[in-house]
Amino acid sequence: MDKLYESQKLAIWYFTVAIVLFGAQILFGLVGAIQFINPDFLYGVLDFSIGRMLHINALVVWLLLGFIGAIYWFLPKEFNREVVGIAIGKLAFFILVAAVAVVVLVYLFVQIGPGDIKTLWFITEGREYIEAPRWADIGIVAVALVVFYNVVATALSAKKITGITGVLIVDLAALFGLYLAGMFYTPNISVDQFYWWWVVHLWVEATWEVLIGVLMAWSLMHLLGSPRRLVETWLYVEVFLVFGTGILGLGHHYFWIGTPEYWLGIGGFFSALEPIPLVAMIIHAVYDAGMHKLKTANRPALFWVFAQAFGNFLGAGVWGFMQTLPQINLYSHGTQMAASHGHLAFFGAYVAANLAILYIIIGELRMRGITPQKGVKYILDSKAWKYAYVGMIISIIGMTAALLVAGFEQTLQERAIGGSTWQAYINAQEHPWFKEAMLWRLGFGIVFFVSYIILVYDILTIKPKPVKEEEIETELEVVPEKA
Amino acid sequence: MKIGWLEVVVASIFIVIFLTLIFSRGSNWLEPRFWRNAAIFSGVIMTIFLIFLTFDTHRYINMGGINVPEPDVINNKISYVFDPDKGHYVPKIGEQEGFFGKIWSKQEAAALIDKGKKTIQSRNCMDCHTLLGNGAYYAPDLTKAWLDPKWEQLIIPVVGKKTKEEAIATWLQHPDKYPTWTRKMPNLKLTDEEAKAVVAYLKYMSAIYTNGFPDHFGVAAK
Repeated sequence: MDKLYESQKLAIWYFTVAIVLFGAQILFGLVGAIQFINPDFLYGVLDFSIGRMLHINALVVWLLLGFIGAIYWFLPKEFNREVVGIAIGKLAFFILVAAVAVVVLVYLFVQIGPGDIKTLWFITEGREYIEAPRWADIGIVAVALVVFYNVVATALSAKKITGITGVLIVDLAALFGLYLAGMFYTPNISVDQFYWWWVVHLWVEATWEVLIGVLMAWSLMHLLGSPRRLVETWLYVEVFLVFGTGILGLGHHYFWIGTPEYWLGIGGFFSALEPIPLVAMIIHAVYDAGMHKLKTANRPALFWVFAQAFGNFLGAGVWGFMQTLPQINLYSHGTQMAASHGHLAFFGAYVAANLAILYIIIGELRMRGITPQKGVKYILDSKAWKYAYVGMIISIIGMTAALLVAGFEQTLQERAIGGSTWQAYINAQEHPWFKEAMLWRLGFGIVFFVSYIILVYDILTIKPKPVKEEEIETELEVVPEKA
Repeated sequence: MKIGWLEVVVASIFIVIFLTLIFSRGSNWLEPRFWRNAAIFSGVIMTIFLIFLTFDTHRYINMGGINVPEPDVINNKISYVFDPDKGHYVPKIGEQEGFFGKIWSKQEAAALIDKGKKTIQSRNCMDCHTLLGNGAYYAPDLTKAWLDPKWEQLIIPVVGKKTKEEAIATWLQHPDKYPTWTRKMPNLKLTDEEAKAVVAYLKYMSAIYTNGFPDHFGVAAK
């Protein structure tokens, strides 16, 4: 490979926008964290509802942008050819970025509208996570179709299908198809939430997890040279476990929304099994890295892969399990315990994965133009990535722990003892345990933001370093500059 | 037909394992083919079960279904009572009491509920409150908010209205004028019609059968 595929350039654009939105996500999160302590902060200017919507929407969009970028990065390598519809892929990118900008501006400056269908089409749909107005939904579907087309058409033109791309195609079809379930209006809130979870749950707990399995499979092959047969078999095991537990695990969202009682058993049972595939992913990552005695050329990427494996298991698996059985969920549902779970799960499962892939891309990019020398190998390493890595992990754990304490307090004081009323809610929020937890959360939030700044600095500056041959087993690919 | 959760769990898992083993004959369990089959069948079979359960669930969640009332339930008195057989609280739909001083026809009630839902979405209620337990955690859960004792205890006297629905509507239009603690709900510029519709939606939502969530609402533990 001596030339960067156009598809890979597109991947870099996607990641650039993704990282900017990551920063926006953290900033809006900080605004919300401050408002929990001082409710007058930006009151009437950027109310909690607006800041919080931007916080979670920026999250969803930047993670999706990263996933699409990762697909565009690995796809031409997988098939040894340019992605077929690269021109339309670039067009879709610009449409998406323009649409995101318009949606954000409308969120910030229009915020809300009258209670009619026009508001749902042009300002906000007001449904948590998928607030994007309907016109933007249609845009998202169109862009998704372009990505899907590019994957399928490239596989067809290469006349081959690998296990990894087979899983990718099926998963993308399901992922984008499910988004349609979020694009309708009904006055019936039970039906509304029933299908809303098809998007939200079947994304983050099924199709996104499988997509991450695909991206981590590629990453491990590129980072550690793991054999394809092994990686693909593991991927099948993960798909089997994720779909086997996650699809009916959807039931854990159907406990209290007007749905029949059998969902308590079905949802409780399958969601209790949902951590199993995440354990499998840990075994996979640790086993592969152990086989290579950790001697990888791309240290930041490998460490983010580890953060992903453990973070996914702890955040999505353990923190999810903690509140998934209906007997506890009756009291913990809709408390800060969910926020605690959400923070660690999204960070562990998806943020870490995107950062790992970003470092893989950087590792390959910065090797371009370096003239190979005898007896010298190159590794990607710096001091800054370690500070960002440790800072982010400590602060996300800190936020998660603080929110967990707040959530336990709320579960017991407001729900179990207080009877869930308005006053019970206020009492729980005013409890010293809750208020103290909110201070800790803000403190760790600030540490997280500082770590983000260091991360951005590192992304811009990290360079391959020459090391003696015997220190490592693999090395970064040397790419001679072509005139 | 009544579906039992255990039957669904056992049947779905059994079918996945059975089909995987049948279609993987001749392969060793460590081979990619075995796990590819397992992945395909778990995805397909679980999806089929989900679709089947979705059809059944609609019998419960459609308006006028087993768990979700018709919009004109807003004409009736609604309470939340303990059902000793089930071991949890259930909404009880009582005699007609009217809403904003009148009895609403089926069509009128449906239009009002529709307006209420659109208003709730257009004002992003869910990014501070939880509805049926889902949403954000900056403000109280609204699942049974219609039944909250605070309306009688504090809001009716403060806003100076006679009925609960009028008091809630007035409060919703000026939450910044009547703060109940340090965290104030912002003024979301609800029109009279929208405020009425939101109150209707809160009353309607409180009549949904939610398997006992939230537990003992309005009754503090002794």
